[in-house]
Amino acid sequence: MAAGVATWLPFARAAAVGWLPLAKKTMPKPPVDKKSRSDEILIVNVSGLRFQTWKNTLDRYPDTLLGSSEKEFFYNEDTQEYFFDRDPEMFRHILNFYRTGKLHYPRQECIQAFDEELAFYGIVPDIIGDCCMEEYRDRKKENQERLAEDTEAEMATDVPLPPNSTPRERLWRAFENPHTSTMALVFYYVTGFFIAVSVIANVVETVPCRPPKGSVKDLPCGEKYSVAFFCMDTACVLIFTFEYLMRLFAAPSRCKFMRSVMSVIDVVAIMPYYIGLVMPENEDVSGAFVTLRVFRVFRIFKFSRHSQGLRILGYTLKSCASELGFLLFSLTMAIIIFATVMFYAEKGTKGTNFTSIPASFWYTIVTMTTLGYGDMVPNTIAGKIFGSICSLSGVLVIALPVPVIVSNFSRIYHQNQRADKMRAQQKVRLARIRMAKKGTTNAFLQYKEDGGLQDHDSDSAALCLKNRSSFEHQHHHLLHCLEKTTNHEFTDELTYSEMCMTESVGYRTSRSTSLSSQQVVSSSCCPRRAKRRAIRLANSTVSVSRGSVQELDTLQVLKSSAVPQSRSSLNARTEDLKLNCEQRDYTAAIISIPTPPANTPDESLPPSPAVPGILRNSRSISSFTHETVKISSL
Amino acid sequence: MGMVLGTFSMQTKQVIYRRDKVDDELEMTMVCHRPEGLEQLEAQTNFSKQELQVLYRGFKNECPSGVVNEETFKHIYAQFFPHGDASTYAHYLFRAFDTTNNGSIKFEEFVMGLSTLLRGTVRDKLEWTFHLYDINRDGFISKEEMTDIVRAIYDMMGKYTYPALKGDVPKQHVDAFFQKMDKNKDGVVTLEEFVLACQEDETMMRSMQLFENVM
Repeated sequence: MAAGVATWLPFARAAAVGWLPLAKKTMPKPPVDKKSRSDEILIVNVSGLRFQTWKNTLDRYPDTLLGSSEKEFFYNEDTQEYFFDRDPEMFRHILNFYRTGKLHYPRQECIQAFDEELAFYGIVPDIIGDCCMEEYRDRKKENQERLAEDTEAEMATDVPLPPNSTPRERLWRAFENPHTSTMALVFYYVTGFFIAVSVIANVVETVPCRPPKGSVKDLPCGEKYSVAFFCMDTACVLIFTFEYLMRLFAAPSRCKFMRSVMSVIDVVAIMPYYIGLVMPENEDVSGAFVTLRVFRVFRIFKFSRHSQGLRILGYTLKSCASELGFLLFSLTMAIIIFATVMFYAEKGTKGTNFTSIPASFWYTIVTMTTLGYGDMVPNTIAGKIFGSICSLSGVLVIALPVPVIVSNFSRIYHQNQRADKMRAQQKVRLARIRMAKKGTTNAFLQYKEDGGLQDHDSDSAALCLKNRSSFEHQHHHLLHCLEKTTNHEFTDELTYSEMCMTESVGYRTSRSTSLSSQQVVSSSCCPRRAKRRAIRLANSTVSVSRGSVQELDTLQVLKSSAVPQSRSSLNARTEDLKLNCEQRDYTAAIISIPTPPANTPDESLPPSPAVPGILRNSRSISSFTHETVKISSL
Repeated sequence: MGMVLGTFSMQTKQVIYRRDKVDDELEMTMVCHRPEGLEQLEAQTNFSKQELQVLYRGFKNECPSGVVNEETFKHIYAQFFPHGDASTYAHYLFRAFDTTNNGSIKFEEFVMGLSTLLRGTVRDKLEWTFHLYDINRDGFISKEEMTDIVRAIYDMMGKYTYPALKGDVPKQHVDAFFQKMDKNKDGVVTLEEFVLACQEDETMMRSMQLFENVM
């Protein structure tokens, strides 16, 4: 029931008095209304903008946020108002809906923002009033198309090829996106060149050249240099055939590929040549053969793979099919009508050109399109009058559907421009996004370096730690929990790639990993923290002297330092880090620190003699086992 | 020649159309109505200022122009009785409220009617009901008028009732009614007969009181 009708309910109930004399039974008792009937004004504070409205107004739509008890969640006892942290400009429209019963869509707002507001307030968009519904639908459709295009554009071009793709897939990709690889680009340009050559050859073939010695007649160049042209033609056709066969081979769905427009054009472009080869040099058939040569001009359509404008044009025509159809239909109607009229008007004249109605078609078309060749002209007065009407109406009929086609073309063209621009900016955008992401991951790593993951008293905590917000602390704690759960640690790209490189070095290199006493990293790939540790050493109290990858063979002596150091070094320790490196066999050596006995209460450590020392090289195969190796001190 | 005539005829038609449009617009602007002052209404009716305010706000919200025409009224009333067809009864109701008989209910008429129904004396209510039943306003309720009203009420029930409507239930209802009301058996019910008969009816008197707190 429409909410506004609620106002009339008391009236309808009062009017029920009119039934009383007729009633056979007693009327039932009316429901008792416990809450106060008096209307009160509610204050709704939306981001500082105070709206006031009657409670009844909001109660009109009980299945929305404001009309139901859900708004109590937003009630602020201190200020006695309902506070919403949302857009106040949008709220105006929402409130107007309650007041007038009609939801209007503000044209200057973003459609998505509006939808989100509606979803928040529990209002279904379908009740948008008729005045705004069309605009809303159009904008929504446009937005959805745009998003679909964007995701397509994102996914399409710059997605790196999955590493284990077959050569067939790679070939197809090279064909579809020529700018992904140099070879593809070269091929793309070569085919383009040959298409141009072929088309020009077709054209020049027919130009009259100077006749050879001894002949008077002008010969078309094609016949004079027939061998040369034939060779050129053969070369082009060979290239085209090769390209077609390659595409056919690489296509993921051959049937679909064979049905596509471009492949049909390809076939039509090369067929005449083969048919010409196969057909015998017969006089009767050569006429038909000549016709076939006309199809060679289809090679020019092959350019549409190279030119986006052509593709847009084709797509526009396809999408304006209905308008074009209408244009054609109305033109046909007009032509028939006027041709008939002209024929009968000019029937009497001697020697007239208007011999039949179909013959008059030509005159009508020429006149309606305002060409006016003048090969057929009316002579009678009636004919002239109707002829002028014909030309006037022709202008109208043709001018009507043209703006629709033009606007369609413009829209599609701009969409394409936008897609291209987006693709070009995509790389920059992705790079920026990656940088931002790296920032957050680096924050965690930095946090760990600063010794954030250990318990520290407020005194010993580094100043840089104190300045982090509680949110960061909690976030980093969460990441740390994840590390502990998976028994792996986060690292950055650089050290990871290093690790992968050093992995391949082999198992002879002993890697210096973390320095704490008892821990041996069996599965960790390489001192992935090598560089990182170095940095860490620089700016934190942890004096972990880990050499870089090159210094793996040497023992690193660690300076004695306070407890935090070993703790953080524990953290920094390369625990099980399974990496996607190929080789699994490697050795890891942990160089211990001649520090105070590692009384570090690390739960992950199995109990072992807390004697710092050198770990011997151990060969590990499994990726996840934690091996404790005896350590002897230096 | 024909074309000349054609263009001329088109011209005149245009003029007529324009005049019609102007008339329509004038009519629309004239229909906006403002009620009398709050104090006057308070004096004329049995409502308090507060109640009148609430009533007017609702009324104005629904009908910004200040009046309700029959179509809107029927539409609103039909919302309350979705099962059947409320248009006939709404029509009678509309005429009962439209005391000035100009085809539209102003706020004053609306409020007066409500005042009678909700805050009036028993006699006032009975008089109002009599006027509702007396369709042609001749001071008598005939059997035909009653039948119309009862049929309209049964129309609101719709088709699906329990027990099912068999036979000419409205007619039986009307006969029973006339049996009760028509004291001198002259085929019509006058106002006095009506009021007397109703006051004798205990059930009805009790039911009347239940409707006091609707507002």
